[in-house]
Amino acid sequence: MLHSRHTFTRVCCVWRDSFWKYASHQENGTMEFFSRKKKNNNSSSPQEELYGHSLQFYGQPPIENISLTEFETFAVERLKLLKTIENLGVSYVKQSEQYSKKLESEFKNLNFPYRVEVVDRKVQNGPSEYEKRRKDHISHFILRLAYCQTEDLRRWFIQQEVDLFKFRFNDMGAKQKLEFLHRNNLQYDTINAEEKKTLHDKLINSSYAVSGITVEDQDFYKVPFQDALDLVRTRKVYLKAGFVYIPHQDIVTIVLNDFRTRLSKALALTARSLPIVHSDERLQPLLNHLSHAYVGQDYSIQKNVGKISLDQIDSLSGKSFPLCMRQLHQSLREHHHLRHGGRMQYGLFLKGIGLSLEQALQFWRSEFIRGKVDADKFDKQYAYGIRHMFGKEGKRADYTPYSCMKVILSNMPSQGDYHGCPFRHSDPELLKQKLQFYKVSPSGIGQILELVKGMHYQLACQKYFELTHNVEDANFSLNHPNQYFIESQRLLSGGSRDLKREVETPQKTKPQPAAQEISAKDIPEMMEDLDSFFQDA
Amino acid sequence: MTDYDDVRSCCSAADICSKCWTLMTIAIRILDRALRDDFGFQHRLWVYSGRRGIHCWVCDEAARKLSVTARSAVAEYLSLVKGGEETTKKVILSDPIHPFIRESLMEVERYFTRYALHDQEILTRKETLDKVLALVPEDVRKELQQDFQNEKKPETRWKLIKDQAVRKQGTNKKAQHFEKEIMLQYCYPRLDVNVSKGVNHLLKSPFSVHPKTGRISVPIDLKELEKFDPFAVPTISLICEELDRSKPGEEDEKMEDKENEKDAAEKRKIRDYKRTSLAKYVKCFDQFLEGVARSFKGELLKKSDLQKEF
Repeated sequence: MLHSRHTFTRVCCVWRDSFWKYASHQENGTMEFFSRKKKNNNSSSPQEELYGHSLQFYGQPPIENISLTEFETFAVERLKLLKTIENLGVSYVKQSEQYSKKLESEFKNLNFPYRVEVVDRKVQNGPSEYEKRRKDHISHFILRLAYCQTEDLRRWFIQQEVDLFKFRFNDMGAKQKLEFLHRNNLQYDTINAEEKKTLHDKLINSSYAVSGITVEDQDFYKVPFQDALDLVRTRKVYLKAGFVYIPHQDIVTIVLNDFRTRLSKALALTARSLPIVHSDERLQPLLNHLSHAYVGQDYSIQKNVGKISLDQIDSLSGKSFPLCMRQLHQSLREHHHLRHGGRMQYGLFLKGIGLSLEQALQFWRSEFIRGKVDADKFDKQYAYGIRHMFGKEGKRADYTPYSCMKVILSNMPSQGDYHGCPFRHSDPELLKQKLQFYKVSPSGIGQILELVKGMHYQLACQKYFELTHNVEDANFSLNHPNQYFIESQRLLSGGSRDLKREVETPQKTKPQPAAQEISAKDIPEMMEDLDSFFQDA
Repeated sequence: MTDYDDVRSCCSAADICSKCWTLMTIAIRILDRALRDDFGFQHRLWVYSGRRGIHCWVCDEAARKLSVTARSAVAEYLSLVKGGEETTKKVILSDPIHPFIRESLMEVERYFTRYALHDQEILTRKETLDKVLALVPEDVRKELQQDFQNEKKPETRWKLIKDQAVRKQGTNKKAQHFEKEIMLQYCYPRLDVNVSKGVNHLLKSPFSVHPKTGRISVPIDLKELEKFDPFAVPTISLICEELDRSKPGEEDEKMEDKENEKDAAEKRKIRDYKRTSLAKYVKCFDQFLEGVARSFKGELLKKSDLQKEF
């Protein structure tokens, strides 16, 4: 890595080119010109202006020179933070106490701005509040470059950044919230006392958090429902004629929506400016590495195509399939049919374990024919879908098998469906019966149900793995059905484990990266650490 | 209506009858009210699918411009029944009861006695009775099973269930609203959210022909909703038949010059559908479109006023 003056300048120019364009779009044509003077760490007013609040909408891109080292360090640390947010979000209820505590410690470890310090204690070792905010600002924009390229990446990035923002916003006191709102020009109309009186009962009955006192004391804002979708979706607000009525205390959801929309637009614009960024050979490898790191193993590259024969599937479903796939397979055999959601989830899983397109077609066809579908109808109506899954039709996208996160969070099953995650979507009673049917011990079932109660669905599945394979410890952190299959096969064939995995077993369920001092020579190592960090997460 | 198989005993899968069609009537009442009063959508067209379902076309500009997330939020706001084969209790209510749920319950209550107690006999037949009792808390269930040994009339049984619920609500413990949950699980509409969420899902066009039944997918006149009979909807064969019937005086028209032949053919085309059973449905559709056009013009006028165009 070169640190010549030439390098510094080049990084600065590239950055400015790509961000300048969309900064001007965002601000609707009004561009602010920042002076090109270097910022002095000890100067007062320009600093406070820029980072006057610990939280920001990331409206303006950073305009300064930084070294490549800082560039990479900032990016990696923010990515670690976002990855932690993702993991904690699945293992714990978001915004709960455990969630908050764990996230807090991560903030401290990685030196991101957390609570607004009333007095910037200069006595502390380590970065000042200003430095933390600057890092927050810059790292966000770097990751935008890495994560703007595809729909999947954008969606992931936005989701984590929104969760991060939500966490930090909620943590602020009322006064700071107001300050933030005013700084960012969020004005919505309030309703007058008369209207409040008319709507009194409806307002109280719309939300658990709204009492008679709330209605009396607080301002209520009339907001178009499109700006408060989260509240509408969960029916936590009064909705009339397309407007929702929100007490001041709930303004956070609106703010989040605003944040999400802005970020989404910004990413789309960033993607357009990417070619310029990619022309810089030093940045391109890092950005590519960052965006692949999040995905980790997606089981899209078929490794064992053709190694599985169709008549093995029945026995494999009992031995090595996670519960969700076992359920789907059983339902398919029983009813000789699966609905769309089930076909997607199961079909892609089978692709991931190594079924070829021809095998898949034969598999589904032979089963459907036993039911109400004749061969002709299958070829007309269902074969297309299967080929589509393998990327042979339509836009030829080679769809990746669903991860646990996707199975748990999207496409909830309804009457007649068998997809989804049984630990998440089945009634505990029915789940218990099913586990009994699959000969899981009563104490094991008890453990699983406890985990389900605590909403630790992936851990519950891991426990199912341990019980059905008769091992104390799964030795991996489950986040993908195909991962379950691979681990199971490995265990059953008596395969030896990687030395790397042995070393990392203590971190299996709750990955907590140790805080590290980053120096220039650590960077190649850091890249490797990044890999292993994400593999086990 | 396959989605309702767990709560109707008269039919299953693709079949429907006059008894379970009431579910669609209830669905229209509830959803139309919500789309109009809660979301403020003015232009809603309800269409019969031709076999067993209904669709609602919302044509307001605001609706057409909704993002995928917004569409998904609307669909979820309207969803109360959740869960598949594996879930016994598909509706769970907690305090406070949202105004939307209250309004929906009022609609359900209008039909519940006739539809659920009499037509579907949910409290009379043993299998269905057991399913209903599975939805109440265990202690209540035991008491009710005892009471039901002496009480056979469905209305009385339902009253007993409601009394138990009122008692529970007084105690402020959990699981108090089971009488409402039962009503909703049996009557509340079940949406196909995937159609509603995505913007590239193919939609069945109004006035298309249903391939399995031959029935035309016709708009439903809400003013005559109670009288709507899916089995009286014209089929394509009926329409063809009606078209083939010649009117008196038509024979003369065939004698006209070749010059006027084209005109005559056009006129005949325009009059043709009016001779068929489709006439009233087309009228309904036209009225709906007029409404949409009027509001569109209104918007244009407003905009041009603002811009001071002449």
